Amino acid sequence: MEVMDVEREVSNNNSVMCLLTDPEGEPLGAPLYLPQNVGPPQLQEIVNKLLNNVEKMPYAFYISDQELVVQLSSYLQKNKVSVEKVLRIVYQPQALFRIRPVNRCSATIAGHTEAVLSVSFSPDGRHLASGSGDTTVRLWDLGTQTPMFTCSGHKNWVLCISWSPDGQHLVSGSKAGEILSWDPQTGKQSGSPFLGHKKWITGISWEPVHLQAPCRRFVSSSKDGDARVWDISLRKCVICLSGHTLAVTCVKWGGDGMIYTGSQDCTIKVWETTQGKLIRELKGHGHWVNSLALSTEYVLRTGAFDHTRKAYSSPAEMKEAALARYNKMKGNASERLVSGSDDFTMFLWEPASSKHPKARLTGHQQLVNHVYFSPDGQWLASASFDKSVKLWNGITGKFIASFRGHVGPVYQISWSADSRLLLSGSKDSTLKVWDIRTHKLKQDLPGHADEVFSVDWSPDGEKVASGGKDRVLKLWMN
Amino acid sequence: MPQGDYIELHRKRHGYRLDHFERKRKKEARVVHERSAFAKRVLGIKGKMFAKKRYAEKALMKKTIAMHEESSSRRKVDDKVHDGAIPAYLLDRDTTTRAKVLSNTIKQKRKEKAGKWDVPLPKVRPVAEVEMFRVIRSGKRKFEMVSSTAKQWKRMVTKVTFVGPGFTRKPPKYERFIRPTGLRFTKAHVTHPELKCTFNLEIIGIKKNPNGPMYTSLGVVTKGTIIEVNVSELGLVTPAGKVVWGKYAQVTNNPENDGCINAVLLV
Repeated sequence: MEVMDVEREVSNNNSVMCLLTDPEGEPLGAPLYLPQNVGPPQLQEIVNKLLNNVEKMPYAFYISDQELVVQLSSYLQKNKVSVEKVLRIVYQPQALFRIRPVNRCSATIAGHTEAVLSVSFSPDGRHLASGSGDTTVRLWDLGTQTPMFTCSGHKNWVLCISWSPDGQHLVSGSKAGEILSWDPQTGKQSGSPFLGHKKWITGISWEPVHLQAPCRRFVSSSKDGDARVWDISLRKCVICLSGHTLAVTCVKWGGDGMIYTGSQDCTIKVWETTQGKLIRELKGHGHWVNSLALSTEYVLRTGAFDHTRKAYSSPAEMKEAALARYNKMKGNASERLVSGSDDFTMFLWEPASSKHPKARLTGHQQLVNHVYFSPDGQWLASASFDKSVKLWNGITGKFIASFRGHVGPVYQISWSADSRLLLSGSKDSTLKVWDIRTHKLKQDLPGHADEVFSVDWSPDGEKVASGGKDRVLKLWMN
Repeated sequence: MPQGDYIELHRKRHGYRLDHFERKRKKEARVVHERSAFAKRVLGIKGKMFAKKRYAEKALMKKTIAMHEESSSRRKVDDKVHDGAIPAYLLDRDTTTRAKVLSNTIKQKRKEKAGKWDVPLPKVRPVAEVEMFRVIRSGKRKFEMVSSTAKQWKRMVTKVTFVGPGFTRKPPKYERFIRPTGLRFTKAHVTHPELKCTFNLEIIGIKKNPNGPMYTSLGVVTKGTIIEVNVSELGLVTPAGKVVWGKYAQVTNNPENDGCINAVLLV
């Protein structure tokens, strides 16, 4: 603090009283007198010192939800903030690595004979799988950007695919209500199909690897109104979660071991996983619940893998690493859940604490199709049929910015691993990359001939895969 | 046909013939062959009627057989793989296919180009020129019976006409067609065929008169003429979001007899 006093006398500008707070609102130390020529790099040093970080971590600073990119003096002048009150500066840790935005289509791989309905990268970013209307699941080689395996066996369109967080299994659900599991190394079906659902599968979600490694259980939701928990080693349905009266549109397995299901009957049900009992019912929406998102979703999806690309030898090691990552991501707050609905609004819930929503996020003019938390949980993005993507604060639910540019309904969104870039795919056949810092369009990726149904950003941030009605899979790179 | 009950009485008293039932059975079995022989042999209207009746019986029989063939055992629902695969989030939504909308607009454009209309009154009675125009004599001695200076090149339109708002007559010495102001109308009573209500809408212009392009250019309104009316008060909007302010309508009455133009909107 003595350093600060010296600086104050040296500079002939006025100084301002600042209080650094973390994203949850807890202050870091006492309020400080800072000279007005202080900018983000100096603030970063202060925060690192106050937190006693061994290695210098990058931080971003926000004053009343607006990012501080210039010196304090210019900010104060522009916004005419009074110097007499204490200025609250919120610091947010940023990812150490920086993902470069993709700007070119490196490969257009044909192979599917019908529209591509879903694409997904494996958690370690090494494999890519896509499911299509021609009833096949195809695995693609990312090194040579060519088709690798064609997995046939489904009887109708393949609607959803999902990788297990340890990267060992790939399961896919079809319109006929069957679920098949595949071995990603050989491309062959591993075992018999999982039969039980009577109508088509709307979503699949795996149990997090920090709860059980190697990954065994996954839950699937279907139009027939129930969600089933399957065990891949026993190869049968262990629990059937029935209770919804209409189709279950999405299902997510939370990091604390609860399963969240959103349905067309406008409710979200929270289930516990040992016996399949209903814990809570979250009511509030006026129309179908289209999509659910968890604040820890990205970490749960990638499991133990992160940008360091470390390979794990044993499942126990993987479980530990995944648990460490999960705890770091979660902090001391409980998991947040956001649901997007046909009634043009979204609700922010904290299902572990109460059954009433924490915030209602309005603003969209058409139904909300897809909601997704950023990998660091700070932001929340929503894609809607009103051709816009909206950015919200992931903790409070406050609206931050709206990204307009698409000329058709926006179908799916995907975040880059460092939470700095957001990708959206739309019915107008373009993909757009949006910059979170500047709230503007970073890159426009045209090239698809028809609607883009599914997009995915690889967890290592190198590639983006997109598939749609024109039956080709496009890989985009920097 | 027996006119009493003597056959029954005999049967009651003495019973049936020994071979009665066998003969009856065999006779009934032969009916099929006899019917078929009749069907082949019969001629004329009788044959046609019989064939019609026979066909109706055949169709009914096929239906009953198919009905009986439906077994009560549940078969596995065999869904064929349909075209037009859509992802799960679009499955329960019915989105109008763009292709259909596009082809419809193209077809409409083609129809407009060709000038063919899907109109309520496709055929109208043609109006002769002598009925349409009245000869007006002009010149110095126009009312003489026989006059060398009388001219008969002017015509007066006897039917209802529409002239636009910026209409100015040609100099009277040179105008060939006279459109009397008493027969000029600006508004039409337009009926919406589905809503079944009538609006008094302003005419924007004459699109086509079925009697000929000359009448179209003159602005003559007869039965069957296609006119364009201002529908902004109806508040119609195109699928693209644009507001429709002009639509075509077809005249359904003889305006010169009624004193008003009645039309039906072409939707």
